[in-house]
Amino acid sequence: MLQFLFRRLAVLIPTFVGVSIIAFAFIRLLPGDPVQMMAGERVISPERHAELSQQLGFDRPIVVQYLDYLGGIVTGDFGNSIVTKRPVLSEFLALFPATLELSICAILLAVIIGVPLGIIAAVKRGSWFDQGVMGVALVGYSMPIFWWGLLLIIFFSGVLQLTPVSGRISLMYFFPPVTGFMLIDSLLSGQSGAFKSALSHLILPTVVLATIPLAVIARQTRSAMLEVLSEDYVRTARAKGLPPRRVIGLHALRNALIPVVTTIGLQIGVLMAGAILTETIFSWPGIGKWMVDSVFRRDYTVVQGGLLLIAIIIMVVNLLVDVLYGLINPRIRY
Amino acid sequence: MKLKSAFAAALLAATMMSGAAAAKTFVYCSEGSPEGFDPGLYTAGTTFDAAAHTVYNRLLEFKPGTTETIPGLAEDYQISEDGLEYTFKLRPGVKFHTTEYFTPTRDLNADDVVYSFERQWKSDNPWNKYVAGANWEYFNGMGLPDLLESVEKVDDLTVRIKLKRPEAPFLASLAMPFASIMSKEYLDKLEADGQMNLLNQQPVGTGPFQFVAYQQDAVIRYKANENYHNGKQKIDDLVFAITPDASVRYQKLKAGECHLMPYPNSADVEEIKADPNLKVQEQEGLNVAYLAYNTKVAPFDDVRVRKALNHAINKEAIVEAVFQGQATPAKNPIPPTMWSYNDAIEDDAYDLDQAKKLLEEAGVGNFDMKIWAMPVSRPYMLNARRAAEIMQADFQKIGVNVEIVSYEWAEYLERSKAEDRDGAVMLGWTGDNGDPDNFLHTLLGCEAVGGNNRAQWCNEEFNSLVMKAKEASEVDERTRLYEEAQVVFKREAPWATIDHSLSVVPMRKNVEGFVQSPLGDFAFEGVDLVE
Repeated sequence: MLQFLFRRLAVLIPTFVGVSIIAFAFIRLLPGDPVQMMAGERVISPERHAELSQQLGFDRPIVVQYLDYLGGIVTGDFGNSIVTKRPVLSEFLALFPATLELSICAILLAVIIGVPLGIIAAVKRGSWFDQGVMGVALVGYSMPIFWWGLLLIIFFSGVLQLTPVSGRISLMYFFPPVTGFMLIDSLLSGQSGAFKSALSHLILPTVVLATIPLAVIARQTRSAMLEVLSEDYVRTARAKGLPPRRVIGLHALRNALIPVVTTIGLQIGVLMAGAILTETIFSWPGIGKWMVDSVFRRDYTVVQGGLLLIAIIIMVVNLLVDVLYGLINPRIRY
Repeated sequence: MKLKSAFAAALLAATMMSGAAAAKTFVYCSEGSPEGFDPGLYTAGTTFDAAAHTVYNRLLEFKPGTTETIPGLAEDYQISEDGLEYTFKLRPGVKFHTTEYFTPTRDLNADDVVYSFERQWKSDNPWNKYVAGANWEYFNGMGLPDLLESVEKVDDLTVRIKLKRPEAPFLASLAMPFASIMSKEYLDKLEADGQMNLLNQQPVGTGPFQFVAYQQDAVIRYKANENYHNGKQKIDDLVFAITPDASVRYQKLKAGECHLMPYPNSADVEEIKADPNLKVQEQEGLNVAYLAYNTKVAPFDDVRVRKALNHAINKEAIVEAVFQGQATPAKNPIPPTMWSYNDAIEDDAYDLDQAKKLLEEAGVGNFDMKIWAMPVSRPYMLNARRAAEIMQADFQKIGVNVEIVSYEWAEYLERSKAEDRDGAVMLGWTGDNGDPDNFLHTLLGCEAVGGNNRAQWCNEEFNSLVMKAKEASEVDERTRLYEEAQVVFKREAPWATIDHSLSVVPMRKNVEGFVQSPLGDFAFEGVDLVE
């Protein structure tokens, strides 16, 4: 097991370097000179242009810029934002809990609803329930998040006035962040109604962000279950008279879970991509919104640092998923 | 320290809650996060709304709703005969904010003013490079390093600014956000504590609101300055709820989660106007969109050709198609909210027969041309390609074949400067300081050929009027000169002026005292909520 972990960690290093090169090169490949971009319609003199390029370090050869950057990262220095002038890492850490909180809620919702739906659909294969769930899942999977979020806001917040429109908590509550997780902080603040307010603000963004993963998980669970249900040992289990609940819940589900866990792990990447849109619609102050703002502002250091940090998180999650396999299925040995 | 600030925040929250019935909180659904809280470092309006118009004051201010300057922290000023020396008398007894992180021991004085300029100007000032990439964009952009001779303290309440040459628009620059006056005492304290970067996060000024807290990308909180020199505000707390999506801002406004919002979708405006709980204010923005001919290249060097094309542009159609009516056709290069706007000028009417006649007179017959359309949406022109297509269709009718071209934005800006450029360029401008010089000289002066002057147009008559106006210090005299310059502009037609976009500000019915700024600022001094 330890050897496996080391091996996996060793693979992470070249992956990390690869991602860092892509992140570094990618934003520089986008058309548009950042200094000209900052000036907009205003004409900027060649001297001033050179001065600014020099201050921001864009005048050096790109390889030197990259090595310098990589050297900083090793020591935990992701550089300072060109715009806010604050360290990228500290901005990321301040905003990440918001994204994490939303992502956890979304993935929980997706799993809690998606897995049972998939199981029932598989067991009742071909029934109206199966076809209905799979049809809705396909719609959910193809849903444009931006449009879907706005639709929910207009209906639930605008017409029915059941949920708040956007933000993380009502403006009347004001307390300094302790953990960065609004649900926990609102409890810690001891202000009455704060937790309820935080919870009500989470509902719509969670539903929107969970939509695509939920659809994927339901479909994946169904197909994995179908495969397992036709296995010999399931027939044997049934033949020896085990109650259906035990056959499905224990013998079949445990074996069907492997591809489902893989899918859930992969959804973390999807969640990050979805968070960018979801956070923008719901004014959710997380890293998705932060990245979008930074792309528009041509804030190189934030975009490349943010990409890298997100990549690191996804790599770590994938590693955890691999480790989880062993726990679910004891036949897998490393 | 952390515990202390947490305690203070809790206390503040408790007072806010207990006083909830009495306290008036005004919520503004702002469109984006401020880049920082030092207005000198930035150029974005979003940042100025959050930092400059709330927390800070300047020597001079813009009179609400106009681009005229009025006394601010300087209660009076004198200009020497030669126009080179400006002497400012400071308002006595102006207090800086007392906050959790700073308690001032003295009132505003001349040192604060001098230091506020020196930090942006002198490279040996400790604040000049206090954050990486501190560019002082506007201080440099408005040409102050070349203009300023000295900024000196005469006595505690008198500051003298000497210029290298007379320049009347200088006064308007002093009312711009970058010229906000900082507390030297606070800056010295931050420097001594080795905490200089905090200036960009925890501002201390003299303005109507003082800074309380900023949760990044979410909420900015201010409270009314008890000791404001113009009297305490009618609202107690001001909150910016950062809401980047225009549709969501509108939903929040409808739901009563905020009182006022900027930049609605133009498609929503009719619905907003019909809502009994909401109202809107409308005003032409301080901007202009134009089509600049290259007056150095045939056939556009012939004024009759330029006039002919101007007659063939259906501005009403463009305004309707691109802005759904949220803009007005432009006849002058400066917007109507700017002083010296010459309303007596008559626009070139949309008249294809007249256009054909002028082309015949010029003897050019049918010809091909390019129209450059910007690849991006700008406040003054939301969809340049759509506008270009409308012009293309009309030009076709008078025998002019148009090819529409575009480049990536930075490339577009760069290439369009070339003096031998092929084609007419669509572009526009948003004013910086509300001075006509900022449009007429910056965009159409001879000096700007090969740069901001995309028409490559150097007309001696026009240029001398604008240069005279720059040096004259009497506003009446300047107004007369600029009005005359607009007549020359219209006659010579280096541009087709297309539109001034309307800025629409939706708000709840109970909002009172909000004055829309032609400069596009969202400032909440004087705002109130009534039942």
